Amino acid sequence: MNLETKYLGLTLKNPLVPSASPLTSELDTAKKLEDAGASALVMYSLFEEQISSENEALDHFMTTSGESYAEALSYFPEPDEYHNLHAEDYLEQIQNLKKTVDIPVIASLNGVSKGGWMAYASKMEEAGADAIELNIYYIAADPTLTSEKVEQMYIDDLKAVKEAVSIPVSVKLSPYFSAFANMATRLESAGADGLVMFNRFYQPDIDLEAMDVNPNLNLSSTFEKRLPLRWIAMLRPHIKGSLAATTGIHTAHDVVKMILAGADVTMMASALLYGGPDALKFMLSEMKVWMEEKEYQSLEEMKGAMSSASVADPSAFERANYIKILQGFRLEDLK
Amino acid sequence: MSNQKVTLDANEAAAYVAHKVSEVIAIYPITPASPMGEWSDQWSMAGKKNIWGTVPEVVELQSEGGAAGTMHGALQTGALTTTFTASQGLLLMMPNLYKIAGELTPAVVHVASRTVATHALSIFGDHSDTMAMRMTGMAILSSNSVQEAMDMALISHAATLETRIPFLHFFDGFRTSHEVQKIDQIPVEVMEQLINDDKIIEHRNRALTPDNPLLRGTAQNPDVFFQARETGNKYYNAAPGLVQKTMDQFGKLTGRSYKLFEYHGPEDAEKVVILMGSGAETAHEAVDKMNENGEKVGLIKVRLFRPFSMRHLIESLPDTIKGIAVLDRTKEPGSAGEPLYNDIVSTLQENRVEGWKSLPADLKVINGRYGLSSKEFTPPMVKRIFDELDEEKPKNHFTIGINDDVTHTSLDYSTDGWDSDEEVFEGLFYGLGADGTVSANKNSIKIIGNNTDHYAQGYFVYDSKKSGATTVSHLRFGPNPIRSAYLIDKANFIACHQFQFLNQLDMLKKARKGSTFLLNAPFEKEEVWDNLPKKVQEQIIEKELKLYSIDAYKVARENGMGTRINTVMQTCFFAISDILPRDEAIQLIKDGIKKAYGAKGEKILQSNYKAVDNSIENLFEIPVPKKVTSEQEMRPPVPEEAPEFVQRVIAEIISGNGDDLPVSAFEADGTFPTGTTKWEKRNIAQEIPVLDPDICIQCGKCAMVCPHAVIRMKAFDGELLEASPESFKYMDARGREWPDNTKVSIQVSPEDCTGCELCVEVCPAKDRKQVGHKALNMEPIDPLLEQEKENWNFFVNLPEYDRSKLKVETVKGSQFLEPLFEFSGACAGCGETPYIKLVTQLFGDRMVIANATGCSSIYGGNLPATPYTKNSQGLGPAWSNSLFEDNAEFGLGFRLTIDKQAEQAREMLQNMNGHVDKKLVGEILNADQTTEPGIYEQRERVATLKEALGKTDDSKAKMLTSIADYLVRKSVWIFGGDGWAYDIGYGGLDHVLASGKDVNILVMDTEVYSNTGGQCSKATPLGAVAKFAAAGKRTGKKDLGLMSVAGGHAYVARVAMGASDMQSIKAVLEAESYPGPSIIIAYSHCIAHGYDMKFGLNQQKLAVDSGYWPLFRFDPRKEEEGKNPFQLDSKPPKINLEEYAYNEMRYLMLAKSQPKVAKQLMTQAQSEVKEQWRVYEEMEKVYDPVKKNGESENGSGN
Repeated sequence: MNLETKYLGLTLKNPLVPSASPLTSELDTAKKLEDAGASALVMYSLFEEQISSENEALDHFMTTSGESYAEALSYFPEPDEYHNLHAEDYLEQIQNLKKTVDIPVIASLNGVSKGGWMAYASKMEEAGADAIELNIYYIAADPTLTSEKVEQMYIDDLKAVKEAVSIPVSVKLSPYFSAFANMATRLESAGADGLVMFNRFYQPDIDLEAMDVNPNLNLSSTFEKRLPLRWIAMLRPHIKGSLAATTGIHTAHDVVKMILAGADVTMMASALLYGGPDALKFMLSEMKVWMEEKEYQSLEEMKGAMSSASVADPSAFERANYIKILQGFRLEDLK
Repeated sequence: MSNQKVTLDANEAAAYVAHKVSEVIAIYPITPASPMGEWSDQWSMAGKKNIWGTVPEVVELQSEGGAAGTMHGALQTGALTTTFTASQGLLLMMPNLYKIAGELTPAVVHVASRTVATHALSIFGDHSDTMAMRMTGMAILSSNSVQEAMDMALISHAATLETRIPFLHFFDGFRTSHEVQKIDQIPVEVMEQLINDDKIIEHRNRALTPDNPLLRGTAQNPDVFFQARETGNKYYNAAPGLVQKTMDQFGKLTGRSYKLFEYHGPEDAEKVVILMGSGAETAHEAVDKMNENGEKVGLIKVRLFRPFSMRHLIESLPDTIKGIAVLDRTKEPGSAGEPLYNDIVSTLQENRVEGWKSLPADLKVINGRYGLSSKEFTPPMVKRIFDELDEEKPKNHFTIGINDDVTHTSLDYSTDGWDSDEEVFEGLFYGLGADGTVSANKNSIKIIGNNTDHYAQGYFVYDSKKSGATTVSHLRFGPNPIRSAYLIDKANFIACHQFQFLNQLDMLKKARKGSTFLLNAPFEKEEVWDNLPKKVQEQIIEKELKLYSIDAYKVARENGMGTRINTVMQTCFFAISDILPRDEAIQLIKDGIKKAYGAKGEKILQSNYKAVDNSIENLFEIPVPKKVTSEQEMRPPVPEEAPEFVQRVIAEIISGNGDDLPVSAFEADGTFPTGTTKWEKRNIAQEIPVLDPDICIQCGKCAMVCPHAVIRMKAFDGELLEASPESFKYMDARGREWPDNTKVSIQVSPEDCTGCELCVEVCPAKDRKQVGHKALNMEPIDPLLEQEKENWNFFVNLPEYDRSKLKVETVKGSQFLEPLFEFSGACAGCGETPYIKLVTQLFGDRMVIANATGCSSIYGGNLPATPYTKNSQGLGPAWSNSLFEDNAEFGLGFRLTIDKQAEQAREMLQNMNGHVDKKLVGEILNADQTTEPGIYEQRERVATLKEALGKTDDSKAKMLTSIADYLVRKSVWIFGGDGWAYDIGYGGLDHVLASGKDVNILVMDTEVYSNTGGQCSKATPLGAVAKFAAAGKRTGKKDLGLMSVAGGHAYVARVAMGASDMQSIKAVLEAESYPGPSIIIAYSHCIAHGYDMKFGLNQQKLAVDSGYWPLFRFDPRKEEEGKNPFQLDSKPPKINLEEYAYNEMRYLMLAKSQPKVAKQLMTQAQSEVKEQWRVYEEMEKVYDPVKKNGESENGSGN
């Protein structure tokens, strides 16, 4: 049985890829993931803002209290140098991962501003990354900011990274666009080698005891896969490049569904955080069982077999309303 | 040899040499010497090597006594050893200095000379510490300037090896230690050539070692001690010559020549002043100017004060000499004269006998004191002293620089005719501590120093307050070396970085005619002039000043720099001062920024660059109209209704005119009235908390945490509201305990608030319809100021609620008590002061406080004003600070007196036959004073007693009257920080805890020496970065709590107000009621932890939640009651240590600088926290009487 798949021009031994998560921060764990069957690794994300805001805070606390009171002109010894100012740790980890595992390593660059962080893309390439996943997340809360401007920002960010590197670049993004299908094709035209659907944000929650708002990130559940499933199925006919499904992939069946919808790879973090690297082994064998049952010889045969272009009723993916789903009711049919 | 120019202060200059030529460095923090230890620690941590290629071992001790002991040991075993200190620290080293000198051991102690505390403490400079060492046998070598501090440091290290006599190398604290100058750096090759390796080997050969065993430190008897003591004479006799030889060799290597007694002036000078320290530089300047004007005067700079070479001194005097004035920067009360004078007089007498030089028989020699505690010493004063020598009978034992209107020692002097050198640029910059003014100026000095041929000098006058602190930078630049060791009096550039200062400080009185005035004003350029106070407008017109203005806060904000206006104002300074071509200056500022911020990331760098560019665009010259348009008067320093002493003395100090106060203004013994901070309205908050009474639940948490006692809660009868201002807010009192029509008000003193926001953060009451809105919310002060001043005045004049009717054991109840500690100069958001305030609320009317030196003694007792205050009956805390190291013992002394006097009073009372009613005697002797009403009633009884005693002439009655107040219970409190309790004062603390006496110790644990800038103490936690632990502390925090429990008979509590305010109150009440010693260890968040202080309480909670700071109380009384005396008051850890620690820069900076080490230390710290929790749980079990009994039964059953 051939499980090989192509993703961002890379040939992967199967479609199971651990997505950006803390799992890749330990070399041991990365090796275990490879041994358990992972076909590539997406590294944890490099957040440029985190680096710069920590440094700003450091500067703030080192300087604001000093040079004020005669006995204490400062409150901290000033270090000669700061470590990891330019994400050296991350770049070093790329190199270490490349030494530790044989599967491709995809670096993940996270951010939104068109600031200095674009420069990290070429450093990632130099450090040996096989591809870059550009994770753009932006909550367009400013009511004066138009959708055109937001979309253009995505396009500009992507172009800046594409110009900086020669390795493949995928874009991980959110589904929250007025016209997501259009946006997806625009990104492809702007040079995206693949789309990763979708990223998950920190979401606010309300603490009823303290009456506070606490943003945090919960692990995903299998029910959440339906959103990417829909969009992969609908976009598959329109996108030539790679599609990666992420969010809610917990079981072999989830993987199979995504591939049928048209994904080239499936990415998972929560399932591995719950089940450990060995979850991959289990998924692979389950997947093989299903393929055998359904008499699929290779993954390529499966890919997109149930995309909107391949199913009998493509509108099933587009239905957005309870009544329609229950009754298949169409107003125009009555006329 | 290449001469590299460097711009630095004397502390860094001396430390640079000391670190290069030492193997072991023992350190302990003390102002103003701390930076020398900090540099050494930092350099060693960074792996910087000495001239022999090894990194010096730097070790912090628990006190200067410890540092000296360690130095002694390291020397005895053959290491090249040094230390740094000042003032009381030097005094603590003294016993070892006798030993080290007595054993002829080469060593150097670098001293930033500071006033020794007498009637008051002072952190500033004079020679009282060094002069107190003159009988130890140490050689004493003086540096007069920053350059000399580097040069003499090396000469000391070289000469000590040559002479075998240990050296005390000193320079003036602050004036030299903190003055920034452009100097020549001594190249390493010079050090290598000057230090004689053979002498090092000889030193090592004398070391104690089992490979060549010998013995030193014998005890000797009358038969031999004396002779043996005289064996060292030959070394002392040879030393001056050897020091001069070393100086000569140094001169050959560097081109800078020095003499033991260095004469400066014409060969035929008739009058000479003799002095040492920075004053000699000022005298040098004055002498040059006087000689230019045709006078014939000279000075002798004393460099080697011990061993004192009479011969060298006589040789240095000009043959034409007719009069000598010897100036001492110290005071030796009751002596025949000050130390240097006495030596000079002895020398002249011996010269008469020995005939080394023929001097006139009628040679006049006078002595004067100057410059105590960094008092200004200026060229006009020098001239005045020379003039005095012209008198037929000049005044001897004079003082200069003050007005002594009591014993009339002082010489009057005039500054007329003393204009500064035209070629020297003199600039004054007024800023706030937090706005970055000083760092910008330090940077400007470096730019000018490094990029022009100009000499540069910077001196910075800081505040003694820790919140809203004012700084004044004094900058001089010029083509010739700058010797002016005094503040700028006439400036050609004045910058005001804070607009509000114009209303408070008369800065333009120091402006020269035609000078430039740069103002940061929050106005459009057209509005600036009309917003200036009247006096400022008058001065600008009269002195024909050029006025420039910029809205620096706007520029800083727009460039993402928040409130740091340093870069903006620095750019403006260069843009209009013409010191450097504008474009060149801007490029250099940017280079400086790159150097300063390059290591902190691109974003910070870019913000600063942008701010530079935008500054020029926003800087405007303001046209000066010919006439004054403003009616606005400057604010008076204190309100008109302030008492006479406050008006006459304190107001002058507040206004910056303290130098003009005469001797008669002060009590002879250092006594000051309490309760004066309330007159110093500082107006430093931009925003203040505003109450929404509809939401407030009257919990009292805001009042409890307020570090400055600015927000208060009062209950009162509604009828009193008749006279209330219209905007006065009040609520119906919540709860059934109040009588009908009781109202509650929570009021803020707007002029005393620091805007720290702790109250708003702690406020639990949220608007149900709009949860972000609390019962307290910060709002801009401007529109509220006048109304809230009126409300505050109404509020404070409402009567205090009857103490005996309040549930003081609750947070709410305690906060209706009047705080007797208010408006201190502590940091905004201070974590210590809420505990102090709480104690004063509960026991202030009967407490006496012994306060260890440190933050709490500074905000507790630093002039101008005092925060401890009195209630309406005139009762309140009495407070004193003895030393840093002796505070527990000092407080014990209080207790002993109080107990003794109470006992005597009781004894005498029983023998007052006939004078006092027997019933009253019985009631007094048997009074229960364990409750508020009990104490109140006893006070009444004692008043009656005193009245009765006043009616007789019996001498016993008079004696009893003098101690009758001790019949009312007194509460003794011992306050201090962790530096005192864990380190320097631990021996005493331990002893006092074991004494069984009824004292209450409050340890405000900030986990570093906060007051001196955050040096590591034994309370510093594992993995945190602190000064003296630049690479992270490698050992865990000492558990002072459990150590105190182990003694078994002290009440012990560990508290954190932010985690449980209730537990804090319980602990304070229990500690006070416990009839033996009590100790409370209180988590005190601190600016030295590196995080936003407004979240201080939340951080305390995290400390407890992580298990890092378990709360507990140990009350030995409970054991007697058959209960468990050890009560754990917090729950098992529920968050990881990281979640607490990495909110703070002290932990985070190690993760940023040495991530691997940080990770390892954090892992270790986490496991130690777990283990600590296990131990605490075990402790609870160990003391559990049920389990204890159960076990013993089992034991006996077998």
